[in-house]
Amino acid sequence: MTYDEMLNIPPYSLGKAEKDRLLTARLKELTLLHRARCPEYANILSCIGFDPDAVQSVTDVPMLPVRMFKETALRSVPQEEIVKTMTSSGTTGQAVSRIFLDRVTAANQQKTMVKIVSSFTGSGRMPMIILDCPGVVRDRAMFSARGAGILGFSIFGAKKIYALDDDMKLNTEALREFLAQHSGQRILLFGFTFMIWQHFYKELLRLKEEGICFDLSNGILIHGGGWKKLISEAVSHDAFREKLHDVCGIRAVHDYYGMVEQTGCIYMECECGHLHASIFSDVITRRTADLSPCAVGETGIIQVVSAIPESYPGHSLLTEDEGVILGEDDCPCGRKGKYFKINGRLKNAEIRGCSDTYAAKFQ
Amino acid sequence: MTNLEKYDQVFINAFGITAEQLSGLQYQDIPAWDSVGHMQLIAELEDTFGIMMDTDDIIDFSSYEKGKEILAKPEYQIEL
Repeated sequence: MTYDEMLNIPPYSLGKAEKDRLLTARLKELTLLHRARCPEYANILSCIGFDPDAVQSVTDVPMLPVRMFKETALRSVPQEEIVKTMTSSGTTGQAVSRIFLDRVTAANQQKTMVKIVSSFTGSGRMPMIILDCPGVVRDRAMFSARGAGILGFSIFGAKKIYALDDDMKLNTEALREFLAQHSGQRILLFGFTFMIWQHFYKELLRLKEEGICFDLSNGILIHGGGWKKLISEAVSHDAFREKLHDVCGIRAVHDYYGMVEQTGCIYMECECGHLHASIFSDVITRRTADLSPCAVGETGIIQVVSAIPESYPGHSLLTEDEGVILGEDDCPCGRKGKYFKINGRLKNAEIRGCSDTYAAKFQ
Repeated sequence: MTNLEKYDQVFINAFGITAEQLSGLQYQDIPAWDSVGHMQLIAELEDTFGIMMDTDDIIDFSSYEKGKEILAKPEYQIEL
């Protein structure tokens, strides 16, 4: 099956056996493609004695540690076919990943993301409030993960505003005017978890105390980028949702998990508070001792696989995050596939994530 | 201005290019038509013609010529 054909399958419609068959075939094909086109990747595979015939399931696909993309420029297409280089978010002084995209991979990222997100929001585009500053997408030569996230989601926005100015101050006048223009319509809000808390929620709370209120009860908020700082401030997922609801009436709030190394394949949080793997990607948890796959309910290191990457060998990665698979095919929300939660970063791992690296400045 | 002139003008303004560069122009051919430029182009086309494009059409809008085909679709009915 080609990737274009895969895109016609509804993102949460396949049960375990069918999804594993589909994804294993695609991941095996990608492994062979990258082995043929990326000499560094071919070396790694030969070091570990990779045997394509031994790949019977998604768990058998060889994985690279995610930090390899910081240390080495890995690509599977000639330099002249690269149209975009994306970088991970990192705090000052940290090495960042560099991910090289050609036309096909960049387009498939966007198409996949649209399939996943629109299965939550509906396919229509909405007025959109970006809870960040416009400066983030201004530097176009090198694309940060934060800019890429905003831009990726912008496709759902019909009319857009940035709610924050470049000093990260809430632009209350612009927000008021925008809400008046689009009153009665469903509104999409997008931003990164910590920035939303620090620069949007806290400001709305202050304004509310002054008697100034904004009504976002028609809104749907999608946010991501990590919880590290909020966990340190003892703000739980539930508290985040409840307090946002208290200040602006918003009810539909969806976190997502994703990383620049596998842009497009994001894991959206459902109405039950679970992160979900779509048919385009999967999550495997692995034991620290021997990297064998964990059972459902057992905490382990997160491995992510994605059916998208053709221009760089990032289709199977061992992350530095820790999490738990909560179940498969039986979430009460009705979506098939694995659902899981992320506990946070492994001990001693670097800080990353658009929200967490930004929050590191607020120590 | 005809629709075609308006269409051309949106490209010329959005990307800072000349009319001679339009024919055959593809997404990512010039630095200005990157993913950021693409969303600006779409926003200006939508304003100019008073339409709202589907997400699939925004993704498929891969060249100057392809854009004409998309705008001619029954949902937009912009003949260029």
